[in-house]
Amino acid sequence: MGTVISNERLADNVYHLRVSGDYGGETGQFYMLRAWGAYPVLSRPLSIHQVEDDGIEFLYHVVGEGTELFSQLTPGDSINLEGPFGSGFPAVTGRVALVGGGIGIAPLLYCAREIPGCDVYLGFSREPFRTEEFRPYAAKLTVDVGGLILDNVDFAEYDHIFVCGPHPMLKAAQLKGIAAATSGSPVNVYLSLENRMACGIGACLVCSVSCKDGQRKACADGPVFLAEEVVFHD
Amino acid sequence: MIKIGDSSSKNAELDLSTRIAGVTFKNPIVMASGTFGFGKEYAKYYDVNELGGISGKGLTLQAKAGNQGTRVYETASGMLNSVGLENPGVSAFLEKECAYWETLDTARIVNLGGNTFEDYVTGAELIQKDADARGSKAVDMIELNISCPNVKEGGIAFGIRTCDARELVRAVRRATSLPLSVKLSPNAEDIADMALMCQEEGADAVSLINTISGMKIDVRRRRSVFNNLYAGLSGPAIKPIALRMVHQVAKRVDIPVIGMGGISSATDIVEFIMAGAAVVQVGTYNFMNMRAGQDLLRGLREFMIEENIASLDEIRGIV
Ligand SMILES: Cc1cc2nc3c(=O)[nH]c(=O)nc-3n(C[C@H](O)[C@H](O)[C@H](O)COP(=O)(O)OP(=O)(O)OC[C@H]3O[C@@H](n4cnc5c(N)ncnc54)[C@H](O)[C@@H]3O)c2cc1C
Ligand SMILES: Cc1cc2nc3c(=O)[nH]c(=O)nc-3n(C[C@H](O)[C@H](O)[C@H](O)COP(=O)(O)O)c2cc1C
Ligand code: FES
Repeated sequence: MGTVISNERLADNVYHLRVSGDYGGETGQFYMLRAWGAYPVLSRPLSIHQVEDDGIEFLYHVVGEGTELFSQLTPGDSINLEGPFGSGFPAVTGRVALVGGGIGIAPLLYCAREIPGCDVYLGFSREPFRTEEFRPYAAKLTVDVGGLILDNVDFAEYDHIFVCGPHPMLKAAQLKGIAAATSGSPVNVYLSLENRMACGIGACLVCSVSCKDGQRKACADGPVFLAEEVVFHD
Repeated sequence: MIKIGDSSSKNAELDLSTRIAGVTFKNPIVMASGTFGFGKEYAKYYDVNELGGISGKGLTLQAKAGNQGTRVYETASGMLNSVGLENPGVSAFLEKECAYWETLDTARIVNLGGNTFEDYVTGAELIQKDADARGSKAVDMIELNISCPNVKEGGIAFGIRTCDARELVRAVRRATSLPLSVKLSPNAEDIADMALMCQEEGADAVSLINTISGMKIDVRRRRSVFNNLYAGLSGPAIKPIALRMVHQVAKRVDIPVIGMGGISSATDIVEFIMAGAAVVQVGTYNFMNMRAGQDLLRGLREFMIEENIASLDEIRGIV
């Protein structure tokens, strides 16, 4: 059980939640959060935004019932956190780009902190948020509002690209990665997938991801996958 | 607060154990198929040997990739799932997971699904052969799943009409000497009839209920959110229906009833026992509370002490 330190509204429906307690984790991992008793039935997965000595931070978008309940939390409230779960972004060296779309920037701040000298690309459809927090860690920070953030990224420039954002953006990143590789610039593109989850630990198979070598679990084998391994069906 | 395994004198007097077809369940809390993997994942969070039993993820003869598209959708006090029996197949289970099951000190139940009649029978034969080779150290019971609403062939098709299921239960009963429970569908035409048939065909127990076929429509996209249109509803939403069905069946048959559907508290367990269940299974609640087994067991003990119940036999089927 953690205690809410603060829960600040940053933009339209976007909140920054800080929770005190002994919570750690690696970049790209997530927690299952629950700020209620029995209902809603399922806990909600949120990526680690930042790990601090005295607690942990999340960045979330209010989309439905659960995140609406999160948005009502005030300092001192208790919240149930289970985790950290999943295998996050790999430890890499070389030229690295972090690319986030909208709330998809959530897991990237912690990455930026862990990978000094990376380039950071943040795209928003409307109001940008939390962009300045990236500046101290980024060699280059690109913020785009209203466009397609991937258009700003030259895949040939990098050895590794970490992408988190809406579904169409992930598919586009996969294609750009393949195109770069076929034109002689091999690049490892990693995608953080947001499949719906129930158990969060690999027991129920509701989060299954089709991969070239068969079904994998987004919660336990991911949420981060090498883009070329993922088979998108839609 | 009473700890699990606490051997204080008061606790030691409580008898939570039951036997079904010679298999001891040290308490009535069994984890339901499909919600607990094969136990390994949850074993990182608490000692799963404290459980009465584990029913493993449903197996089919061949590995299955399961359904494409959305597999879960939350509903008012429940959830719809459309996993479609993704599983590694019977042989891979026996080769890879059974070694872990050999190390467990809790009742281990293989949940067996299928597409065709032959699949089920061959699957049961493989499990029996393996059990013979190991001396039954890894599988204590087979739970025959004739009720999965999420696979097109087999599954539910067998679970609806008693006459369709009879041949199957008979054939599987012949194929294995392991204790056999048949898992019934709430979508069956007459669940008590179905249970009676299982008893007649030599089943040692019946398990009920599986998920109830349900639906969710995405109104903007004007389609069901599930590629298969329908999905299986589980969780607290189905508890009243499950309880009624367990009660009806327990009144009709002489074999033990393994009851489940929406259990999410110790008093829910007591309700099922009072309705006649020998043991219960807990599914969706594992997603609401990662340490469900531990907490339910503690709660059940506390309830028994409060209500002065020394053995669950005192209340079993009293309603
Ligand atoms: C590994 C992982 C990390 C995530 N990290 C973040 C994050 O850092 N910040 C953030 O804002 N969001 C994140 N999400 C998405 C977030 O979990 C959902 O937006 C949230 O669960 C929606 O809950 P709700 O009750 O508000 O929505 P509802 O629509 O009311 O939820 C109904 C059900 O659908 C599920 N669901 C709905 N939308 C999504 C979605 N996009 N992804 C997964 N499940 C969904 C819910 O968990 C719930 O079970 C992450 C998802 C995953 C899988
Ligand atoms: C995600 C999920 C997967 C399931 N998979 C199986 C399965 O493989 N075999 C089976 O017999 N039942 C399966 N079930 C049904 C459960 O075992 C149980 O019968 C049902 O969920 C009702 O119990 P509950 O309300 O406690 O979850 C599954 C249920 C869920 C939620
Ligand atoms: S959420 Fe249960 S296996 Fe991934």
